[in-house]
Amino acid sequence: MMRREQPKSFNTIPVKERLTITRQSMPEQDAGERSANFLEVNLGLTPKQAVIEAQRCIECKNPTCMEGCPVSIKIPDFIQLICNEDFLGAANKIKEDNSLAAVCGRVCPQETQCEEVCVVGKRFEPVAIGRLERFVADYALKHGNGSINGVEKPKPSGQKVAIVGSGPAGLAAASDLIKEGHEVTVFEALHEFGGVLVYGIPEFRLPKAILRKEVANLETMGVKFVKNFIVGRTMSIQELMEDEGYDSVFLGLGAGLPRFMNIPGENLNGVYSANEFLTRSNLMRGYEFPEWDTPLYRAKHAIIVGGGNTAMDAVRTAKRLGADEASIVYRRSEEEMPARNEEIHHAKEEGVEFMNLVNPIEFIGDDEGNVVTARCLRMELGEPDDSGRRRPVPMEGSEFTMDVDMVVIAVGNGSNPLIAQTTPEITTNKWGNIVADEDGRTSMEGVFAGGDIVSGGATVILAMGAGRNSAAAINEYLKTKVWSVA
Amino acid sequence: MYRIIKAEFIAPNVKSFLIEAPHIAKKRQAGQFVILRVHDKGERIPITIADSNPDEGWINIIVQGLGKTSAHLNTLETGDHLQDLVGPLGLPTHIENWGTLVCISGGVGTAEALPIAAAGKAAGNRVISIIGARNKDLLIAEGQMEEVVDEVRISTDDGSAGRHGLVTDVLKDLMDEGVTPDMIVAIGPLPMMAAVSNQTEAMEIPTMVSLNAIMVDGTGMCGACRATVGGKTVFVCVDGPEFDGHQVDFKELGMRQKMYKKQEAESHKCFLERQMKKVKAEQLAEGVG
Repeated sequence: MMRREQPKSFNTIPVKERLTITRQSMPEQDAGERSANFLEVNLGLTPKQAVIEAQRCIECKNPTCMEGCPVSIKIPDFIQLICNEDFLGAANKIKEDNSLAAVCGRVCPQETQCEEVCVVGKRFEPVAIGRLERFVADYALKHGNGSINGVEKPKPSGQKVAIVGSGPAGLAAASDLIKEGHEVTVFEALHEFGGVLVYGIPEFRLPKAILRKEVANLETMGVKFVKNFIVGRTMSIQELMEDEGYDSVFLGLGAGLPRFMNIPGENLNGVYSANEFLTRSNLMRGYEFPEWDTPLYRAKHAIIVGGGNTAMDAVRTAKRLGADEASIVYRRSEEEMPARNEEIHHAKEEGVEFMNLVNPIEFIGDDEGNVVTARCLRMELGEPDDSGRRRPVPMEGSEFTMDVDMVVIAVGNGSNPLIAQTTPEITTNKWGNIVADEDGRTSMEGVFAGGDIVSGGATVILAMGAGRNSAAAINEYLKTKVWSVA
Repeated sequence: MYRIIKAEFIAPNVKSFLIEAPHIAKKRQAGQFVILRVHDKGERIPITIADSNPDEGWINIIVQGLGKTSAHLNTLETGDHLQDLVGPLGLPTHIENWGTLVCISGGVGTAEALPIAAAGKAAGNRVISIIGARNKDLLIAEGQMEEVVDEVRISTDDGSAGRHGLVTDVLKDLMDEGVTPDMIVAIGPLPMMAAVSNQTEAMEIPTMVSLNAIMVDGTGMCGACRATVGGKTVFVCVDGPEFDGHQVDFKELGMRQKMYKKQEAESHKCFLERQMKKVKAEQLAEGVG
């Protein structure tokens, strides 16, 4: 691998002293206050804090942080620009590799990516790369445009690419493809752009205004956005290519088929999939009912089944909607929880209860079909299963019941069957995921796929990485028109 | 924005809309639906497509003003726009030549049964239509139905038109007269579809019903529209909307339809209050002018 050139240093503090600077903490909205509103929890570093945090970087000769980033942001470079207080320059440096920096600075699990492999982090707390990313991205959104500065409009290639789905995979692919001069159109089934970023992630973690600005930036760069358009129903992939003249199609559909537990009582009123509960709250602004039309339960005793980030988003939403008790019910222990530590920590601060090693086995309703009781078992951990985590086993005689008036099932997503139903040319596996090679090539010539529809439920940044990979492969395909599936 | 080419009341509180939607019109098949939003703070509601014209690029929907959103929608006039419109959604109706097809419909369901009846006739069936309504004024589309089927029979709850009674009474009359349906399609209010399914199950006549469930996205992403069919959970939006009436758990679906009864009443009240304020303000302005 080619050695990268070391970025110009602007850090005047001797290396030894840098290690004595403490990691700058994220200013937050007070827990008591924020558990009753939907405003953003994290407030962002101050410019002064950002410079101090950037000065903690020891400018390793062989930095590993970049390897931890699925889209290979030039982390050492942008950190030096922050040391020089060139925040716009730093934002533009990130934009070279990531068109959604303000989003990723908020929702990426940096602790298991760039920050996990940060050399400072081996003995001290790692440099807060995510907080710095967020700081410069927000700065750029506020002060001038972080996306098109200094980027000349590329020469039109005369080629058309359709992106299906405006979630993280699609937006990342669109951003890379528009820079190559292709005509890029993003088709979205819903009435707002952003996919899971708009329907799944709550306002208090990712304000819609931030997302809208990122989408507007892509529009300024020339990407066309079409909403209320379901590829497979409104128009087929074949029609897009044959009648509408698209030379290539990228499918970034997302997972998008909620899993249930298949236990009795799951269809009672008040039992939601996490997707529905969060979509009603986030996309449809159900928390502003009746000012907004979409109704949403304001439960007193809510349980959320699951231990991922989606479960944390749902339980914190339930709390904000006024629940006296909002509890996580998770069949393993906190150690196995897939949610980010920050989310678990925030949830606890906001008064969320954690009932770990508990699994519901039935929901019971009243005469009108409203859920009123959850029957549960206590679990203990046995031998590790296929996932490497210790398998939860029911404890004999441990059954108990709980009064509930809302249940949210957050146990993951299957894949949406729409494309498989309408496009038999595209091969799917037994889980319904689209089969694609590492560059996203599907079994249909010119059609690529990436993100959750290929990998199954994963993270925003992994979907963006897949979108970028496919964008590179699409570029290559449009140049050569050679279709080679490995 | 999606332009309303024509809007007119066809019965008390029931409005017919022609909406500009060339892509949907081109693709739509009988039995499919759209999801729409009336305004920028609106909810997403599913509505069956009653008719479409791919050459002129419009679809037709029939709306009964029952709750907040449908009442709001019915205030829109020719030339107004919908905020959002997406489709066509759901699986198209399966049509074949069964022999004798009886299409039973109630309320605005008649407009939705019309394309199915027409497709059934085109496939070679003898088609008999049974239309039910509370009273004469609430009958819709019976004239259009007469044009496409072999025979139309009507029932009203109060006897103001056709037979005094329910659609199930008419079906019984028909059978008493010696007609043996090979296939029954029932579209309308849930209690009507449940009653028909109950009646035909004993007689072992295959019966298809078109379910209306509460939906959000309409593409299988949220699972709001769950129903139990044959003991299994289905998503009405992607697995339906049409199912074997003998397998549907109507009781559960009936309860699920009432999930937001309280909130819907609140929302409707707010809407009416806002409308009233608007009217008063207009009157005031006129008075001053």
